[in-house]
Amino acid sequence: MKEIFPEIFQKYLGRDLSPDEKWVIENELQSCREIYNKETVYKKTADFTGFYDFHDLAVLQQLLPEKPDILAAIKTLEELLEQDKLRELDGFPRRIRLGKLVKPSKDNKGKVIVVPSTTEPKFYHDDSVTDEEEGEGTGGAGEGEEGEVIGEQKAQPQPGEGEGQGAGEGDSASHDMSSEAYDLGKIITQKFELPNLKDKGKKRSFSKYTYDLTDQNRGFGQLLDKKATLRRVIKSNILLENIKPGEPFNPENLLINPQDTVYRILSQEKDFETQAVVFFLRDYSGSMQGDPTQLVTTQHLLIYSWLMYQYQNNVMTRFIVHDTEAKEVPDFYSYYTSQVAGGTKVAPAFKLMNKIIEEEQLMTDYNIYVFYGTDGDDWDSDGKELIAEIRKTLQYANRLGITVAKNSWTPDDKTTTVEKNIESSGLLKEKSDLIKMDGMSATNVSEERIIEGIKKLVS
Amino acid sequence: MELISQRTKKIMEECKARAKDAGLSFDNETLEYIVTNKDMVELSPKVMIPTLYDYWVHDVEVLKGHGKYKLYPNNPYETVINSRPAISFYNDNNPDWMNIMIFYHVLAHIDFFQNNKMFERTWNDDFVGQALADKRLIASLRSEYGRWVDYTIEFTRNIDNLVGYFDYLAMINYNNELDPEAAVAFYFDVFLQDIAKVPDHELYKEIDRYNSLLSGNRDSGNAAFFADVKIRFPEFQAKYEKYASVKKVNVVDVMQFVHDYSPFLNKEENSWMKLILNIVRNTSVYFQPQIRTKIINEGWASYWHDNLFRTDPRIAGHEVGYSILNAGVTSLRRVGLNPYAIGLRLIEHVEKLSDAGRISREFELITGIDKRNNYNKNTGKGKESIFKLRKHFSDFTLINSFVSQDFVDEYDLFVVGQKYDQTRNVIQYYVKSKKAADYKQMLIDSLYHPPRITVDTEKTNDNNLYLVHHFEGKQLVQQFIPDTLLGIEYLWGAQVQLETTDIVQKKSIENEGDPLYEFRKVIYTIKDKKVTKTNL
Repeated sequence: MKEIFPEIFQKYLGRDLSPDEKWVIENELQSCREIYNKETVYKKTADFTGFYDFHDLAVLQQLLPEKPDILAAIKTLEELLEQDKLRELDGFPRRIRLGKLVKPSKDNKGKVIVVPSTTEPKFYHDDSVTDEEEGEGTGGAGEGEEGEVIGEQKAQPQPGEGEGQGAGEGDSASHDMSSEAYDLGKIITQKFELPNLKDKGKKRSFSKYTYDLTDQNRGFGQLLDKKATLRRVIKSNILLENIKPGEPFNPENLLINPQDTVYRILSQEKDFETQAVVFFLRDYSGSMQGDPTQLVTTQHLLIYSWLMYQYQNNVMTRFIVHDTEAKEVPDFYSYYTSQVAGGTKVAPAFKLMNKIIEEEQLMTDYNIYVFYGTDGDDWDSDGKELIAEIRKTLQYANRLGITVAKNSWTPDDKTTTVEKNIESSGLLKEKSDLIKMDGMSATNVSEERIIEGIKKLVS
Repeated sequence: MELISQRTKKIMEECKARAKDAGLSFDNETLEYIVTNKDMVELSPKVMIPTLYDYWVHDVEVLKGHGKYKLYPNNPYETVINSRPAISFYNDNNPDWMNIMIFYHVLAHIDFFQNNKMFERTWNDDFVGQALADKRLIASLRSEYGRWVDYTIEFTRNIDNLVGYFDYLAMINYNNELDPEAAVAFYFDVFLQDIAKVPDHELYKEIDRYNSLLSGNRDSGNAAFFADVKIRFPEFQAKYEKYASVKKVNVVDVMQFVHDYSPFLNKEENSWMKLILNIVRNTSVYFQPQIRTKIINEGWASYWHDNLFRTDPRIAGHEVGYSILNAGVTSLRRVGLNPYAIGLRLIEHVEKLSDAGRISREFELITGIDKRNNYNKNTGKGKESIFKLRKHFSDFTLINSFVSQDFVDEYDLFVVGQKYDQTRNVIQYYVKSKKAADYKQMLIDSLYHPPRITVDTEKTNDNNLYLVHHFEGKQLVQQFIPDTLLGIEYLWGAQVQLETTDIVQKKSIENEGDPLYEFRKVIYTIKDKKVTKTNL
């Protein structure tokens, strides 16, 4: 894998490159090398259970505190957010954050959940910074000589750096983010006063009906529900004292009331229809490592949540990541956690998306929204191919929102390759109602700024 | 929440009688409640104190990083609340035999709370009742001052781990008469060390001289001593008078100091904030002994539930179920630290040592391994010794006194290290050390230990609160420093400074990749909500 990059590089070197362009490519290669050679992407130490992780209720009675349900708490949440807003007026920083947690679940696949969260700042000892070379030790018991390896564990992505980014393990597990995302969407819509979406496409009914054998009916119907019928028969016969508790009985003696027969009957079911399809595209090349990835995924997570809320969960989402090539990933979780890979070519991502839209004829039935996140690097410095693809996209998209999360080495006033290409294409003016672009520095970006970005992209 | 049924209460009362026969001592009155999952949702953020004051942070998930429980001053989710009467919580579908075992466990906790010296400050408290009164007080303040009550709670909680628990505890039964008189204390503690700066050996010589003069005649000895001092240090008298004329500021801890001396809080219109400071401080102080006795307390409770339940005829028929449950609670982890397991082993270890008469100087002097192994005086004092542990020891003193090589060897304990295998992307755990000293240090390092931060009263005045962090090899979590200072600035009403130490990593020149560390003293200053950091 590592050896591929120089080849691509060589290919680009064949062309005329300005020192700037050359620097971008070399820098990217360097980032890749660092990622592959440095172990810091991974958490080198595991969290052990310590003394204070144990308590009576859990170990003696298996009574574990449950997380309050977001939905149940949502009313107080509104009050909390209201209160949080007042803090600014009173001159104190906001304290409520929309936290993302990557939670390991039973099958050892992470699940991204979203919770409102806070920290309680205090003076604490920082255990992570010491002059000892190794991570914190813990206790153990049993057999084993000094130096003997007694167990091992797969290294987990470091939660601190690029929270949750890392290899997604396989595609099989489904990651049910939607319900949490819906709640989050509700919160951010209110908290940050995001504009409500305009209904641009043709009017569509929110629901269609299907017919299914789901309702129960006594006495007649299409299909006899044997289990339910038997239950009623036994109930009746207990009342008739044909069956006495604890005594054997002869089924032949049971009376069957016609009203005890339970049938399934065809009924009308509401089936919600998808209103919109949203494409999330992001660059996961080497230079995206760290802050830019964090910013883009966070922003896309928030957009995803917000659209979920706006469309009452009736949103279809597609996810595409790209380095020099593009690929579709199955769900937000993979999208969110896909590990940083090689060099950068933006055009293939749009190309792939256009291909999907055309093959599936998505534009005829849906509002199409596209959000793209990048650090602004593109090895194709002229961007002709990219602009062509974007023009194509704009034929069917209701909105294309591009976020440029500038790396720390890119000065704020310097425009990146992607920004330059798109601006010089004139698309931003020509199709100002369809395409929006927002650039910001990826380091130390606040949640407010990210939301601000969303507002720009969707306004 | 409802009380357990009368039938179950009767079972509990039988357990009490048996526990008392075995030597445990506790108040007769206890309250037992059934908790449902719904109750747990409400109780767990309030650390199981049903009457704790309402605060918005309790409604939000608090982000906890690595070592989360080490950070927090209280010990969440205990089964037993140390209050008068003690309160304990039960699942509503425990079988009777399990409840009996848990009752014994709970009774041992209550016994520990009510007899261990670390808890002496809580012995007269009806904490749950007090908390209820506090909760009502806060509610009424809220109706008057609105969200400013919550700001005050928030900012006070920012420093609620800086309570001088031990200083406060040491004041109990402190015999002031044993203190030397003021001039003597000043001469030895301040003058010789800070002003005259004499070397240590001279200081000791001087102490000897003082003691020998005093052993002759108390009054004349004292006078003769100071006559000499005046000749040797003519400036002494003037210095002492100046020192004595300054009003002594009684500094227990940062929180108390802010409460007593903050110019902002001392304004009449802000005096209500002091009530909140008191409540938050008392809550924090209340939890301090609990978190400092986690291991010994759980060990003690495990020791007694095992001993009492195994000799209780009601175990009949449930031996297997009990064994499984007990093993789950008290087995030593292959990797990881279980307070129940370590605490229980240490208590049993002490009992065995004492029974054999091995807690003695005579035994310590024996070096031959066979002789040591066969040493047994059959003193029968094991029980007595563990009751002494229960009365006088905390986690630290228990570990520090009794984690020996014998102990580590007996239970095959070791320190686990971890290394990262890059090629396979796995973390490997390995046996790092089987030495008692290393094991003990590892245990001590995993104990709760908030940073020690004190007020420098010399540099503090109404316009500046000067805090000093006493560096113990770990820097403070830097991201929290500005936010914490913000709260303190609000409470002090003026500039606040914090002197602390950063650990700065530097790459060494000759051997790249091998990081070097430098300790750098820095001062954080907050003024008008702006934080600046300067090197000292």
